[in-house]
Amino acid sequence: MASSYISIEGIARRFPAPEGGKTTIFEDLWFGMDRGEFVCVIGHSGCGKTTVLNILAGLDEPTEGAVIIDGKAIEGPSLDRAVIFQSHGLLPWRTVLGNVAYAVASKWRDWPKAKVEEHARKAIATVGLAGAEMKKPSQLSGGMKQRVGIARALSIEPKIMLMDEPFSALDALTRGTLQDEVRGLCRTTGQTVFMITHDVDEAIYLADKIVLMTNGPDARIAEIVVNPLPADRSRHDVHKHPAFYPVRNHIIDFLVTRSKSFAAELATPGKVWNRRSPPLVTPGAPDPTPPLARAV
Amino acid sequence: MTRSIGLRALVLSLVILTIFLAAWHVAVSGGGGGGQTVDPEYAKLVGAAAATGGQTPMPGPIDVGRTIWKHLSDPFYVRGTNDMGIGIQLAYSLARVLLGFGIAVAVAVPLGFLIGMSPLVYRALDPFIQVMKPISPLAWMPLALYTIKDSSLSSIFVIFICSLWPMLINTAFGVASVRKDWLNVARTLEVGPVRKAFTVILPAAAPTILTGMRISVGIAWLVIVAAEMLVGGTGIGYFVWNQWNNLSLTDIITAILLIGLVGMVLDQILARLTRLVTYQE
Repeated sequence: MASSYISIEGIARRFPAPEGGKTTIFEDLWFGMDRGEFVCVIGHSGCGKTTVLNILAGLDEPTEGAVIIDGKAIEGPSLDRAVIFQSHGLLPWRTVLGNVAYAVASKWRDWPKAKVEEHARKAIATVGLAGAEMKKPSQLSGGMKQRVGIARALSIEPKIMLMDEPFSALDALTRGTLQDEVRGLCRTTGQTVFMITHDVDEAIYLADKIVLMTNGPDARIAEIVVNPLPADRSRHDVHKHPAFYPVRNHIIDFLVTRSKSFAAELATPGKVWNRRSPPLVTPGAPDPTPPLARAV
Repeated sequence: MTRSIGLRALVLSLVILTIFLAAWHVAVSGGGGGGQTVDPEYAKLVGAAAATGGQTPMPGPIDVGRTIWKHLSDPFYVRGTNDMGIGIQLAYSLARVLLGFGIAVAVAVPLGFLIGMSPLVYRALDPFIQVMKPISPLAWMPLALYTIKDSSLSSIFVIFICSLWPMLINTAFGVASVRKDWLNVARTLEVGPVRKAFTVILPAAAPTILTGMRISVGIAWLVIVAAEMLVGGTGIGYFVWNQWNNLSLTDIITAILLIGLVGMVLDQILARLTRLVTYQE
């Protein structure tokens, strides 16, 4: 774990409960990510996915534990980590160009205006929005707004991209196109991505690893699914791969039943689970050991 | 369709105006004035109506129209401290309002920022604001006259104090309710506090702040008339009171109309400015 690029080390987050005492969202969470890896986190609402992302972004602080990135503990937000917000987070009084240029000018504060704009235009063109630079966010469709959000994140050339359900508010068609584009961009640049999603197919299409979190409070990382699909997968034939349905079924099984009953699963005799290194599983792989002895 | 409804509304407005003026004319010309003859010297001294022993008749629209024309054709004359053109009086009032309002902007916007950004300051100042807000600004007048010892500055102070609260409350509210997402964007971009205040919080809160300014300038224009009636000397409020002492109802009605028009212009200017900074989400 210590050798990971991003290393989440025993973080906990507690909030004061309304009736006194504390609510523990999660506790003693351990998880590592390598450089260039695309990781998706799946879990039900309230399991603390967004809190983990906010801690990675530096917007929130863990009550206990630490997150080490590239050998350094996180202390607040950083331009090395770009966040793509679920609600796009564009400043509505600025144009598309203004929004992206704002990020560029924040990263390279001594750049002249012309250079900032040129760089911003390049990022806007990357997400296919050339020509819409002077539009206000209110004039754009939901998919275009999210594209601007992606352009803004890309423009500052971050080491890590953090995405909080970036496509959940979009219609299925737009979502698919944007998934393709994000996957393409991340593969060509070798971007390290941490993404939260509710969409199982999205996770299987995009991620190298899929982190399964149990229900909160006191959520845990139950296991980490290593995606067995080939790296050069494409949207139209990904579901034809023999490993696709085993992975999909495994994740859906988890979401439907095991995410609730994981504590009981842990109590079954013979079950070995170490919270410091959640098991890596590869459903559908020609592995002699079954994915897990189902407790349900 | 929009054009035709605008046109029809205009026609309807003109019809209503005509009916109103006609009704007014008929109502005041019903009771004719007395036909007594009096000594012209005496009449000049106390006024024609008083000399005949009758009441000053309510002026009709034609009398008022004549007075308005008289005032507007020579608005800036000065014939002594109690006889100045209505334009000069309005200018005095406007200057007081703009000065008091301007000082209030300079205090309310930064203070409102502070209150809006700090829950601690908000809680600490809230009781003061709640107590001060409902005080009629004119209640400050004696205290202002006693401490400032200048009637003109006192009325400016009264304008300041009445413009302060709506702007302060709106600024604090606007700043406090800036969307968390936008602040988080600034945080993840490592934007410093000053730059964040000017590039995120100010534009986000600007529509609310300007709405507060619009309320304030409206109240200030209401209050200046009353304040000038109290302190006297110059200004449109004093003009109204002076004409009341002269029993010149046509002048009073003229002043009332002009007060309304100037108030409307002030309101429209701020409405325009508000529209400029309003953004669509």
